[in-house]
Amino acid sequence: MNKIVQWSEIAPMFQDGMSVMFGGFMGVGTPQGIVAALLKSGVSDLTLIGNDTAMPEVGVGPLVSSGKVAKVIVSHIGTNPITGKKMIAGELDVDLVPQGTLIERIRCGGSGLGGVLTPTGVGTVVEEGKTKMAVGGKEYLLELPLRANVAIIKAKRADRAGNLVYERAARNFNPVIAFAADLVIVEVDELVEIGEIDPDLVMTPAALVDKIVLSQGA
Amino acid sequence: MEAKEIIARRVAQELKEGYVVNLGIGLPTMVPRFLSKGVNITLQSENGFLGLGPLEGEPMPGVVNAGGIPCGLVPGAAMFDSATSFALIRGGHVDVTVLGGLQVDEEGSLANWMVPGKMVPGMGGAMDLVNGARKVIVAMEHCTREGEARLLERCNPTHGKVPRLDGGYGTCRIQYFTR
Repeated sequence: MNKIVQWSEIAPMFQDGMSVMFGGFMGVGTPQGIVAALLKSGVSDLTLIGNDTAMPEVGVGPLVSSGKVAKVIVSHIGTNPITGKKMIAGELDVDLVPQGTLIERIRCGGSGLGGVLTPTGVGTVVEEGKTKMAVGGKEYLLELPLRANVAIIKAKRADRAGNLVYERAARNFNPVIAFAADLVIVEVDELVEIGEIDPDLVMTPAALVDKIVLSQGA
Repeated sequence: MEAKEIIARRVAQELKEGYVVNLGIGLPTMVPRFLSKGVNITLQSENGFLGLGPLEGEPMPGVVNAGGIPCGLVPGAAMFDSATSFALIRGGHVDVTVLGGLQVDEEGSLANWMVPGKMVPGMGGAMDLVNGARKVIVAMEHCTREGEARLLERCNPTHGKVPRLDGGYGTCRIQYFTR
């Protein structure tokens, strides 16, 4: 099965109203080429799920600025003033989730689990509307799984089968979201033949990857 | 010496040999400068690694701290994904976290992620750190720029209150570090 696609094939993979999980932390590990293609596709009413909205020109910032995003589920928006402005103006729904809870909800969504019990958020606004459970005398919140229609991932290297290797701290959410979406699209800097990545060093197994596109300028 | 340096110097005295430490953005990042000779700590960065160090030379691809700023890696550093990073944090594997704050109260609760009427940056990893780190140190000045007290009987929930839940890691101890 050929997973390698051209840039012209990326935009048609998106539709209005889709939920899109993205890798990256302050834009480091976000597939900027796919973000640009998504922006050009003109689709709207998107829900973005990932760590943060980075900065206006970085990460998913350009998508937020474009007005094509209806909702973000993130842990932090403080570095992108446009996200805050749109939230206050009522143009963007912002669901703030503690970072450790967000990644565990995604992990649950991708690994067949019905949720996770975490102490994080007990006694704060985060607990509002959630089921609380006591285990061993300690209180936990039941946090529910998160999945998306599409996951967009940035990897350093892929083989033609889709085994992935990430670079340094650009790993962050990427290997976790690879489990939690119906369609997994990866932007890579380097494409190698099958067998060239040591099996012990594979960070995301090829079985999770649907489409691979080579970074422009790589 | 500026107040921030005095605070950073005082916090550094709390860090012991071999500790795994997570430093928040801003004032906390000044702390390593003031570590005594012979005290070696490992810095955890919530975006996914152990072994954060100062930037030496040119920035390296993918090597940034939790503020997205280029940093260095010490020999023996280890990289991992965000689920592992927060398993370390929530699971009690981080000895100390040093966070900035807007307010702290008698119960040891911290408010640090909303400024009423101004902005809502979000909690990022702070709530998990406050719950999971074995010791939480809030490094901040006593008063706001407007002269309002930051040490209160009870935090204002509109500032994004994060209670310190004593999750079996001992009781909360509040120390007021003064100049």
